Amino acid sequence: MAEKVLAKAESFFDIYDRNPSPSKDVTHYCPGCGHGVLHKLIAEAIDDFGIRERTVLFSPVGCSVFAYYYFRTGNIQCAHGRAPAAATGFKRTHPESIVISYQGDGDLAAIGTAEIIQAANRGENFTVFFVNNAIYGMTGGQLAPTTLVGQKTTTSPYGRNPANEGYPIKVAEMISTLDAPVYVERVAITDAKNTARVRRAVRKGLQNQIDNKGFSLIEVLSVCPSNWKMDPIQSKQWLSDNMIQQFPLGIFRDRTGEVPAAENKRHIFHVDGLREALELPVETESTIKVAAPAPEFQDPRIKLAGFGGQGVLMLGLMLAEAGMHAGYHVSWIPSYGPEMRGGTANCHVNLSHRRIGSPTVSRPTLLVAMNLPSLERFENEVVPGGLIIYDTAMVTRAPKRTDVKALGIPASTIADELGNTRGANMVILGAYIGYTSILPKEAIFAAMPSLIKRKNLIPLNEQAVEKGMEFVRNLRG
Amino acid sequence: MAEPIGLERAKIVVREDECKGCGLCIEACPEQVLFVHKHLNRLGYHPTGYKGEGCTGCGICFYQCPEPGAITVYKKGYVGEEVV
Repeated sequence: MAEKVLAKAESFFDIYDRNPSPSKDVTHYCPGCGHGVLHKLIAEAIDDFGIRERTVLFSPVGCSVFAYYYFRTGNIQCAHGRAPAAATGFKRTHPESIVISYQGDGDLAAIGTAEIIQAANRGENFTVFFVNNAIYGMTGGQLAPTTLVGQKTTTSPYGRNPANEGYPIKVAEMISTLDAPVYVERVAITDAKNTARVRRAVRKGLQNQIDNKGFSLIEVLSVCPSNWKMDPIQSKQWLSDNMIQQFPLGIFRDRTGEVPAAENKRHIFHVDGLREALELPVETESTIKVAAPAPEFQDPRIKLAGFGGQGVLMLGLMLAEAGMHAGYHVSWIPSYGPEMRGGTANCHVNLSHRRIGSPTVSRPTLLVAMNLPSLERFENEVVPGGLIIYDTAMVTRAPKRTDVKALGIPASTIADELGNTRGANMVILGAYIGYTSILPKEAIFAAMPSLIKRKNLIPLNEQAVEKGMEFVRNLRG
Repeated sequence: MAEPIGLERAKIVVREDECKGCGLCIEACPEQVLFVHKHLNRLGYHPTGYKGEGCTGCGICFYQCPEPGAITVYKKGYVGEEVV
């Protein structure tokens, strides 16, 4: 039995509480805007297909940035043009979800050109609704990639001249040159007949995804009465008379009948499989016991700095790897920049009992300075009460700060005496763990085999750690 | 037990305070049974009105209207609650 009532879809909120405007029962769209019509058709299809609980709408930057005010679905608002990239990640990790990328022409056809082409080319199993109104609507009617030849906008006051601004980009045609897309159609929100076609296309695009067919893109020609400076009825006429001439309607690709389910072809990665592929050992519960360090040394935020080649990045990796063996949450990031090509190298390490929010360390509780420039550059970043460890063989002055602890150790000299100057980083590491009890040496030794490629160097590195610990013990007497 | 007969005639209900007066429904109505009110609504627009008879329940106005909840169309035979 056909529905006996056409009413507001359940996939819309009754009241748009997310809208800060006092009018919470109407959309923010201008009178006559095409977005509202497309919203209605999408919401109706979500209702009819019974997919609301698993639908996620990825909204763009543009007037429809606020689509999440209205849709009673999952919503993610994306950076400009990046909806297909975000949608890819979501769909691949939640293959049972129904993912809609809702984008305008400024979003999809300008800043997001790369994302849409790559997503289409990968045949991502989601549905893209591409609203083309030939103009930048939200920002006040500037020339868009889709602006018609001859069309006047605020930034093409003489009309679009291909010699200046090029030709309008025909997205549906362009996407349909790719092999992967399953369904590409251009429709127009104009009269009852064309709007019925939009309705069919919306439903087909979603049905394809439900059936795991692959990538569907529906380009929807739509009016922008406000920026076209016409009333809504004139604007629909203008769309019919002008836009459809340059953007012909029709189906550009329809392989709905022949394509098998995309999901079946895609290799799904599992953590276990990855471990095997990377020849990593199976994860086992750590048996390494950690003594509780003094409160000021717990959950350190660490910055390690020195000349390139001194092994500060390796020192950071070793700390992080050993931290994992000891059951800490850890992070390690090297600081990239021009200093990679000479001067100082540095990296940031976190060891924590809690999950780590940001791997970046701008206010370290520990600074390791393996040369003078590093001390000079980072000394003032250390939090009061923090610790600075420095290589006295390389750093010719003590830290100037009086509100931090300073531990100087001739690491390079000690390493040299062991027969490898480059072991200075491990001497420092030994001094650090000896001074703070943040890690037992067993954790370091457990981490070495996965980080030191030349296995014959492992004993030397172990000795260097021991020497650093010994230095601290002697210091304390 | 006999099925309830429901509505004898199709009709359209406009929530005036959600109407932005764009006029697309009036323009598209094949029966020309919609009109522009003289009064302004809460949003400052002249909302659409229904002449009270002649609606066939075709739904064209519903799909022309950009506002999710402004227009409700009841077809002949509808049984159930109605918006006011």
